[in-house]
Amino acid sequence: MKAFTYERAKDPVAAARAAARPGAKFLAGGTNLLDLMKIEIEAPTHLIDVQDLGFDKIEPTPDGGLRIGALVTNTAMAADQRVRRDYPLLTRATVAGASGQLRNKATTAGNLLQRTRCPYFYDPNMPCNKRKPGSGCGALGGYSRQLAVVGSSEACIATHPSDMAVAMRALDAVVETVNPQGRTRAIPIAEFHRLPGDTPHIETTLTAGELITAVTLPKPIGGTQIYEKVRDRASYAFAVVSVAAVIQSDGSGRVAVGGVAHKPWRVDAADAAMSRGAKAAAGELLAGAKPTQDNAFKIPLVERTLAGVMAQARAA
Amino acid sequence: MPELPEFETSRRGVLAVGAGGAVVASTPAIAAPSAVTRGAVPSSQVAFRVNGKAQALRLDPRTTLLDALREHLHLTGTKKGCDHGQCGACTVIVNGQRINSCLSLALQHEGDEITTIEGLGTPDNLHPMQAAFVKHDGFQCGYCTPGQICSAVGVLDEIRQGIPSHVQADISQAPQVTNMELRERMSGNICRCGAYSNIAEAMAEVAGAKA
Ligand SMILES: Cc1cc2nc3c(=O)[nH]c(=O)nc-3n(C[C@H](O)[C@H](O)[C@H](O)COP(=O)(O)OP(=O)(O)OC[C@H]3O[C@@H](n4cnc5c(N)ncnc54)[C@H](O)[C@@H]3O)c2cc1C
Ligand code: SF4
Repeated sequence: MKAFTYERAKDPVAAARAAARPGAKFLAGGTNLLDLMKIEIEAPTHLIDVQDLGFDKIEPTPDGGLRIGALVTNTAMAADQRVRRDYPLLTRATVAGASGQLRNKATTAGNLLQRTRCPYFYDPNMPCNKRKPGSGCGALGGYSRQLAVVGSSEACIATHPSDMAVAMRALDAVVETVNPQGRTRAIPIAEFHRLPGDTPHIETTLTAGELITAVTLPKPIGGTQIYEKVRDRASYAFAVVSVAAVIQSDGSGRVAVGGVAHKPWRVDAADAAMSRGAKAAAGELLAGAKPTQDNAFKIPLVERTLAGVMAQARAA
Repeated sequence: MPELPEFETSRRGVLAVGAGGAVVASTPAIAAPSAVTRGAVPSSQVAFRVNGKAQALRLDPRTTLLDALREHLHLTGTKKGCDHGQCGACTVIVNGQRINSCLSLALQHEGDEITTIEGLGTPDNLHPMQAAFVKHDGFQCGYCTPGQICSAVGVLDEIRQGIPSHVQADISQAPQVTNMELRERMSGNICRCGAYSNIAEAMAEVAGAKA
């Protein structure tokens, strides 16, 4: 690990100002950042620990939604009675991720910002445009079973590994932030994560020093909410693909997919096709997909997983 | 207190630290290879309680909670396995919740209450979970065991608190102590010897349930 200095922030705007300086980074639970710092893929020179900023509460919003503080742990969010009752999709996705002891430390903001699990990103002997811009992509000609099938670029085919974020995408969550000038803004989750394009190292639309304060969920939308995670082990493994769906009694609904793209993947035309069945909706979701030989299986896997989810919803 | 470079701290052998009045044996040379090989960095102070005892340490900020426990406080019961949050050998209980001590900086734990395997019970006065692991052969080589036991204690507490899990059929209900639940909730603790079934039996006995 490279040497760094450490501070515990007492004020959000001061924290944002400190984080805007080159080499500085926020520290929340630490479960992703410290992991990457140990292998020097992340090498911040200053850490701003945000645990004392008071963003650890879950509160109702005036329009009937729920505001989840950036520092609420994944365990506390998944266990909250309001989340379980009104947004069961979010509880389901969150408890499908990581392990019990990791979820006790992992936070809302840290989970959204966790970095890819592309094996080449982790291997400093391999080229990787995300780790070292301009160095090339080891995964493109390499072993790409886990990697993206849609929305990828010539520069990067990594996926976003979060389960929680896929549910938040289906639920139309909004990311709330404050910047070093003290200005706040609300970023719809659809616009929060970026596609890799030519700059896979830039993963979100956050600006320098911008601090996430909360994620808000709009008014509950009911329906049958199902998160189906397909993985190589029954527990404690990242998704190969995952499907987050909210299905209403008339068969209409919405769907977001994980494990297929650089961001939680949702397409308007797929939502519109939900009542026509899994084949139609999955076809829209993955239209224009460019899988590799190793991960072409994800295309039928998404359709079959969605078909299973729809069958469960009909039986519910 | 003036900033001391880590190597100087080591050279002194023992350092009295003001906060909490605790006297703490400092790092032996082998315990801080990064400081030796990469040059001095400023050290920082942290105070927390470990197994009921106040501790104040002056550390390189890079020190994880795991390394603080093992290398600085010489509580070597907590084990370093993968050092990347994947195996669970480093699991300890912080403010009542189990966490991976390898993926946490010691400095993040100012004021925290930390319980390690040494604090759960002693050889003469075992914690019920330790006794159950012995009775049910919940280990073979024993390396992952301190983490397994801390995690197991945390799991039963999480079930008591009603924290939901992936295998629950209905998350609007309180979870039950079933074999499936125990296995799912313990999946962050890997056992190379494969003592999983016996661990689940030990846990079920402590929970007063049939696994
Ligand atoms: C072994 C293992 C298995 C895992 N399995 C899964 C899995 O199956 N599914 C899954 O979804 N996840 C999984 N994870 C990832 C885990 O969910 C993340 O590590 C965790 O959510 C990160 O949260 P954190 O609070 O610890 O973030 P940190 O590590 O503290 O931070 C992550 C990033 O977010 C930034 N950040 C933190 N807070 C803020 C803020 N308020 N504003 C702006 N920036 C901020 C930090 O600067 C850093 O860049 C796994 C992790 C491990 C180690
Ligand atoms: S897919 Fe992206 S993260 Fe993986 S090696 Fe290529 S550039 Fe790096």
